[in-house]
Amino acid sequence: MPVFALLVISKAGSLIYHRTLPTSTSASTSSSGSQPATGTLGLPGTTSLTTNDYLVLAGTFHGVHAITKNVTPKFLANSASSSDHPPAPTTNGVTGKASSFRYPIPDAPVTGIESLESSFFKLTVFQSLTGTKFLLFTDPSMPNTDGLIRGIYDRFADHVCKNPFWHIDNPIRLDGWERALNQFLFRR
Amino acid sequence: MAANKSTRQGEDLWKTRVEKVNAELVTLTYGTIVAQLCADYENDYTQVNQQLEKMGYNIGVRLIEDFLAKTSMARCGNFRDTADMISKVGFKIFLNVTPTVTNWTADSKSFSLLFDENPLADFVELPDDGRAQDELWFSNILCGVLRGALEMVQMSIEAHFVSDILRGNDTTEMRVTLLRMIEDEMPPEDD
Repeated sequence: MPVFALLVISKAGSLIYHRTLPTSTSASTSSSGSQPATGTLGLPGTTSLTTNDYLVLAGTFHGVHAITKNVTPKFLANSASSSDHPPAPTTNGVTGKASSFRYPIPDAPVTGIESLESSFFKLTVFQSLTGTKFLLFTDPSMPNTDGLIRGIYDRFADHVCKNPFWHIDNPIRLDGWERALNQFLFRR
Repeated sequence: MAANKSTRQGEDLWKTRVEKVNAELVTLTYGTIVAQLCADYENDYTQVNQQLEKMGYNIGVRLIEDFLAKTSMARCGNFRDTADMISKVGFKIFLNVTPTVTNWTADSKSFSLLFDENPLADFVELPDDGRAQDELWFSNILCGVLRGALEMVQMSIEAHFVSDILRGNDTTEMRVTLLRMIEDEMPPEDD
């Protein structure tokens, strides 16, 4: 099972759901011998994380995500092409210093951190337009994690948002959602 | 061009990703809710309108996630795109209608949705008490849905009906106005 963990962070930055999936440490250690046991986030030493640690992790990530969104590098753009750019509020005196820079792909929205890879795990991040963030920790070799995380979002929309007794941005403790996740993540 | 594209997207989604329910079930359920509200508030239609709007809001803030999950839509570039998306994709996949977007103000912040058909109001005739015709907006829940859904994607809007065929008007028209974009991010860097 190459999926290690799933975290859901509300738009206010609090952890509303976390779930770690059992990692088959015995199988992986026997095959690769000297490798240390995989932790819950795929990282050695993360086996003993408490709920509080996850809360801190989520809060930290929320901040880091906001920062990465702001440090997306921009190119110096030709002044000719800046006409079709969304108008930065420019006064006549300062002839739009900001608008002479633009993002590498002007039409794509700035998303912030999208994935993070190490030799132990791969973190895939998906932020919906409403601001809810989904963090998926998987094995670095896991293919198509974007598709996987969209699938998780589908199930979130169905089993969480459509449940009238779940309040927006509250922690998710729903059996239906757990079942849907199990089915989706294990039957693949 | 863009309009055609969203029409096609709406059609495709409606055919492939949307589960359908019996229209009578929807019509009757909604009708019952409105009638019950009228009874509960003793035909104080202003209150009924408000409650419907509030219920719609609560639906909207949840429905938007379903909309985004189903459509995988990127953020709209401007409010005109948003209007197009609401009509051709939003209303299409949830109610299988595509209200006409029209009557834009010059600043592109306010538009009207004209409903040629309205599944919520099938078979409905407003009570003949001399006030319902002037005070009750039967489909007011839709205003709330739009407000809730758009609020979740950082747009603060105001929506209200200006005419309704049920009241004897020629058209059913909803007016939608963008109040502001909700910016909860850090102020733009001043370089």
